[in-house]
Amino acid sequence: MIDMNSLIAADPLSSTTSVDGPASVPLDSAFVQLLTPDGVRVANPEFDTWVADIGLREIGALYEDMLTVRRIDTEATALQRQGQLALWAPLLGQEAAQIGSARALRGDDFVFSSYRENGVAYCRGVNLTDLLRVWRGNAFSGWNPRLIGMATPAIIIGAQTLHATGYALGCVFDGSDSVTVAYFGDGATSEGDVSEAMVFAASFNAPVIFFCQNNHWAISEPVGLQSARHLADRAPGFGIPSLRVDGNDVLAVMAATRIALDRARTGGGPTSIEAVTYRMGPHTTADDPTRYRDPAELAAWAERDPILRVRRMLDAAGALTPEFEQRVASNADRVAAELRAGCLAMPDPQPLTLFDNVYATPHSTLQRQRDDYAAYLDSFDVASGAQASGAPASATRASAAEGERS
Amino acid sequence: MTTMTLAKAINSGLRQAMQDDDKVVLLGEDIGQLGGVFRVTDGLLSEFGHHRVIDTPLAESGIIGTAIGLAYRGYRPVCEIQFDGFIYPGFDQIVAQVAKMHYRTNGLIRMPITIRVPFGGGIGSVEHHSESPEAYFAHTAGLRVIAVSNPQDAYALLRQAIATDDPVLYFEPKRRYHVKGEVEEELGASMESATVLASGTDVTLVSYGALVTIARDAALAAADDGVSVEVIDLRSLAPVDYPTIEASVRKTGRLVVTHEAIRSGGLGGEIIATITERCFEFLEAAPVRVTGFDIPYPVAKLESHHLPDLDRMLDGIDRVMGRRS
Repeated sequence: MIDMNSLIAADPLSSTTSVDGPASVPLDSAFVQLLTPDGVRVANPEFDTWVADIGLREIGALYEDMLTVRRIDTEATALQRQGQLALWAPLLGQEAAQIGSARALRGDDFVFSSYRENGVAYCRGVNLTDLLRVWRGNAFSGWNPRLIGMATPAIIIGAQTLHATGYALGCVFDGSDSVTVAYFGDGATSEGDVSEAMVFAASFNAPVIFFCQNNHWAISEPVGLQSARHLADRAPGFGIPSLRVDGNDVLAVMAATRIALDRARTGGGPTSIEAVTYRMGPHTTADDPTRYRDPAELAAWAERDPILRVRRMLDAAGALTPEFEQRVASNADRVAAELRAGCLAMPDPQPLTLFDNVYATPHSTLQRQRDDYAAYLDSFDVASGAQASGAPASATRASAAEGERS
Repeated sequence: MTTMTLAKAINSGLRQAMQDDDKVVLLGEDIGQLGGVFRVTDGLLSEFGHHRVIDTPLAESGIIGTAIGLAYRGYRPVCEIQFDGFIYPGFDQIVAQVAKMHYRTNGLIRMPITIRVPFGGGIGSVEHHSESPEAYFAHTAGLRVIAVSNPQDAYALLRQAIATDDPVLYFEPKRRYHVKGEVEEELGASMESATVLASGTDVTLVSYGALVTIARDAALAAADDGVSVEVIDLRSLAPVDYPTIEASVRKTGRLVVTHEAIRSGGLGGEIIATITERCFEFLEAAPVRVTGFDIPYPVAKLESHHLPDLDRMLDGIDRVMGRRS
C-alpha cells in the first residue's frame, strides 16, 4: 500500500504532512532580510539603495501603520466575538508584508487582493467602516474599487491574480506606467488560475507584481503540501523573475516591492515576490488552529514578530520616546473607536435591494420577481397594521405553527 | 439504531464504506488533520492513514481531475468540495470529463466518483459559502445528483452513492449538519426513490435538502387552515422519482415545488413541466414554485428574504389553492 507521505516531496525549509500529527515548520532564513528579529539593521548593497530614503522618521511611520492595523485586527476580532461581525480574517503577524508593500505603491497603481489584506486596504485609504461591510454581512463590496485603487477582495482563492494581469495589460494598452499588484497566499499558488496568470503575464510582459504572502498555512494545510520547493522558485519556470524576502521585515518587503515596481514601470514586465511570514491567528474567526498547529511553532514565530523588531530598532536608536509611544497609542485607540462606532452604526440593507445590481440594464424577469416580492411584503404590513418595515416574513400567520416546529 | 447528527451520519457512512472497500479513498481540502471545516471527516485520517484520507493542495480542478485518474486505476474516490461556491474551478473536470467518461469510452471506463458538496444558505456566511448549484449538475448528462435532508438518508444515500459505478454529486444541507436523528446503518430504499413524508389530499409539496424540514412545518401549519398537504422529499435530483410525484399529484391535483436555488432553469421548473406533461388532466390549478430569486446568493443580512421560509411556502400553498388575497 502506498504511503501518501512518501509522495509529498519533503522540503527541509517547509513543513510536510505527517502521520504522526501536525508537523512543525523549521524556521526558514533563505530570504533577504534587512532588519533582524532583534531589530538590527543588516547591510545589503542590492536592496539598501531601494530604501535609502527610509530614515528613522519614516520607520516610525511604518511602525505606526503596523501597530494601527494590528489594532484594527484586534478590534474587528472582538466585534466578531461580540456578534457584530459574521466573520473576520485576521492578518495578525502579516503586518510588515502588507504595510511594507502597500506603502511602496503610488496612488495610481492598482491592487487585486485576497480577503486578508486589511492592512493593504488601510494603506490605500479605505474608510474604516467600509472595511467591515463585507464582514458584517451587509454588502459584498466595501468600497469603490476605482476610487481606492483596489479591487473588491476575492474570496475564491487565486482568482484575482488573473484579474490583476488583465488590468496590467490594460495599463500598457493605455500608455500608463501604473503597476498592478496581485496579493495572494501560499494556498492560492496551487490553484490553476495562479499558474495561468503567470503564463499570461510572462507572455505579454504585463506590468504586474505577484505578491505572495507565504503565511505557512492554508487553513489547516502547511505550505509543504502546496509546494515541494520554495514558492519563489515557481515564477522563474514561467520566465518571471522572483524575489524571496523576510515578510516580517517591513524594510525588506518595501525594498523588494520597489524593485518590482521599478521593473514593471520601465517595461521590464512581471515580478514575483514571496514574502515569508506567518499567520499567527486563525484562518478566520470560525477556525480553531489548535487542532492542527503546534503551539511551539507559533511561539517561535512570535519571536519574529514584524512589529517587535521595528520597536527594538527604534528603541536602540533612541527614537522610542514616551511622546512618540503616546501619540501612536492614542491614534490606534482613536482608529479602534472609529471602527467600532462605524460598525455599530451601520444600517441594515433594505430588503428590496436584493434585486439591485444583478444586471446593469433592466431585466424583465427579475423586475417581475421584485414586484411580486414587494407585494408579498406589503401583504404582511397590511395584515398586521405595521409600518412598511420590510421585516423578514416570519411572524403573523406562521406563529400558529411555531409550537409544532421541530 | 443510533442517534447522531447529520454530519456524524455522513462520517459513519464514509467510515463503513472505507472499511468495506479499501479502494475507497477520500480527497479534499482540510479533510485530514482538521477533519474538514464542518468536521465531517473527523477521525478518519487517524483511522485510515494518509493514503486513504488525502489532504490535497488547494485546487478543486486538481481534486476532481486526480480523482478521475484514481478511478481509471480502479479506485473509488470520494471528493469533498469545501463549500458549494468553491466547486467552479472543478466544474470543467466534472462536466467535461467525469460526466462523459463512461459514454466516451463505450462503457469501458467507469467513474465511481462521489463528490460531496455542503450546499445551501441560512448560516450567515460570506460570499460563495451559501449557494445551491445543483441544477448545473442535474442538467449534465452522465451525473447522478443526490440531496439529503436528514441523518438517516445522509448515511444510506452516501453508502449507495459510493457503491454505484456512476459519478454522484452528493449535496449536504450544511445548515442541518447539527440536526440529530435516528440512524440505522443500512442502505434502505434505492437512492433514486423519493420519500413521502406526510400524507395529504389537497396539495403536493415537493422539496429537498434543508427545506424539507420547513416543508413539513408548512404542512402542519396548513392543516390548521384546513388544507391537507402531502410532503415529498425528493432525495434524488437526477434522476427524479417522477412516479412518486405523479401518484401524489393524481390524488391532490395541486403541485408546489420549493427549493433554495434560483427559479429560472431550476429543478422546480423541470419537475413542473414533467408533471404537467404526465398529469395534465389531473391538475386542479397551475403548479407553483417557491424558490430563491433570480439573484446571486445575497448578503447574510438579507438571506432570510431570499430563502423560502414557512410563510412563503404557505403563500405558495394559498396560491395553488386559489386563496390568494
